[in-house]
Amino acid sequence: MKQRSVVNILFLAPVVFTFIMIIIVPFSLGIYYSLTDWNGVSPIIHFVGFKNFSKLFNTPDFIHSFLITVGYTIINVILVNIVSFTLSLIVTSKVKFRNFYRAGFFVPYLIGGIVLGYIWQFIMNNILVSLGTTYGIEMLQSSFLSRPETVIWVMSVVNTWQFSGYIMLIYVAAIQSIPKSLMEAASVDGAGFVRNVFNILIPMMANAFTISLFLTLTNSFKQFDMNLTLTNGGPATRFMGVPVKASQLLAMNIFDTATANKMAEAQAKAVVLFVVLVVVSLIQVSNNKKKEVEM
Amino acid sequence: MKNTMSFKRRAPMLILEAFTILLFILFMIPFAMVVLNSAKTSREIIINAVALPENWGQLGNNISRIFNNPTVDYLSAFGDSVIITVLSLLVIITFSSMAAWVLVRNEKKTWSIIIFMVFVAAMVIPFQVLMYPLVRWLRILGNVLNLRLLGTVRGIVFAYLGFGSSLSIFVFHGFIKNIPYELEEAATIDGCSYPRIFFEIVFPLLKPIIVTVMILNGIWIWNDYLLPYLVLGSNGAVQTLPVAVTAFAGAYLKQWDLILTSTLLAIVPIIILYLFAQRYIIKGMVEGAIK
Repeated sequence: MKQRSVVNILFLAPVVFTFIMIIIVPFSLGIYYSLTDWNGVSPIIHFVGFKNFSKLFNTPDFIHSFLITVGYTIINVILVNIVSFTLSLIVTSKVKFRNFYRAGFFVPYLIGGIVLGYIWQFIMNNILVSLGTTYGIEMLQSSFLSRPETVIWVMSVVNTWQFSGYIMLIYVAAIQSIPKSLMEAASVDGAGFVRNVFNILIPMMANAFTISLFLTLTNSFKQFDMNLTLTNGGPATRFMGVPVKASQLLAMNIFDTATANKMAEAQAKAVVLFVVLVVVSLIQVSNNKKKEVEM
Repeated sequence: MKNTMSFKRRAPMLILEAFTILLFILFMIPFAMVVLNSAKTSREIIINAVALPENWGQLGNNISRIFNNPTVDYLSAFGDSVIITVLSLLVIITFSSMAAWVLVRNEKKTWSIIIFMVFVAAMVIPFQVLMYPLVRWLRILGNVLNLRLLGTVRGIVFAYLGFGSSLSIFVFHGFIKNIPYELEEAATIDGCSYPRIFFEIVFPLLKPIIVTVMILNGIWIWNDYLLPYLVLGSNGAVQTLPVAVTAFAGAYLKQWDLILTSTLLAIVPIIILYLFAQRYIIKGMVEGAIK
């Protein structure tokens, strides 16, 4: 038995040690720095209490980033769900080459946000503009990325393109776990395809919808890579009377704040992001618990 | 009459087929545009970005221009990405599965429950909260241990073990729970030592879930940008592919012939891997999400 405890410790040690060094210590420091005047340059750090947080409420660029991130997240949840649900219905239907399609729709997810951002920047700024000029379509002649009112939508479209294939896989797994006999019985009773989808498929997939909702919410709130290479926050716009970046999502706002050596302020913003994610996760966990009870 | 009847019945299916093809083309157009324009000169792209390239041989020219470019060492970035991804996966899989096994076999004990809960709860922490303190801390830690962690492969692999362990332990934990304990008991009676039980009996049974853990972590590490950017630096000696592509695109602003070719070179290896391991990748992604 004594040998067991020694082995237990030896087996846990590498991961626990690394976890403390990489997650626990930096995370604790991160929370602490949000309460200080850390600027990344000066080695002397003073404790300032919640000053950084109270300042955030009248920092227009932060409020703007927060609001557009919420908007971006809502659009994503709707778009990603509609597209991925449609895709999952298609690849579980009797369409020819359905496995080929399923594999294809997933490809964008494999390519990271950095690379995708460049590709779509090219499509938006060059391909569409070039089509607009060639065929005289006025709407396309200036890039959607250069207009403050459309740029968030473009990011959502790119995000939908990237994530739908992944969410589709989750829905496909859910659809395939529903007994075929259920749908067949309903069809015999005269239910059409649409009624089957709404009365049987969607209620049976409730769990898959919660998973995808959670994934889309957290991914959208943390979005950074694609934001960086697709728009880098641009174009400029005005909010609360001051110039701000029209597509600077929360994660990029934190990054830019830190790049300007306002480290403590960036930490405070990051803590806000953390709190939002905790709330979302707690709702998800309690939702799951409720469902397990019902089962 | 008979023909029109069967057409009527087949019509919805035909519409669905057509719709699917259309949707698929729409999904693939971005990739087609990358390939088309990687085979053009920058003048051709400006004149018409949608047209077919005049000469496909330009693709080879563009690729060799990237390989010979002094701002980006594509081959070495590719090599570094492979090394970092493989080493990270190796340590994540080995150490996470060991830890998960100990946690499952002591499931009822308070310490085991607490450790497991902390790992799971940490998944909610966004990278943004700890990324700057991490860099500062790694510098301090490196000085204390007299071992450079910033800008080195060992440093970033160490970081990936930390960030990857939560999800991996969680996934392994769920799988090991379902391995019958009798198997291990029998081995104990046969005189098999405690560590050997893990390496010789449990570990081989983990194969299917190792593939899942490998894919979940592999896609993330291969495409990750911020961690290598912060830990390795944007133009240090060690550089991953996403950081290299970004540095390159930043240096050749709007020179789409070069930028697109560099993205093409970043995409192709993943697509090739996907062609071979498609079944496992799809299975791994689904399992990772549902758990």
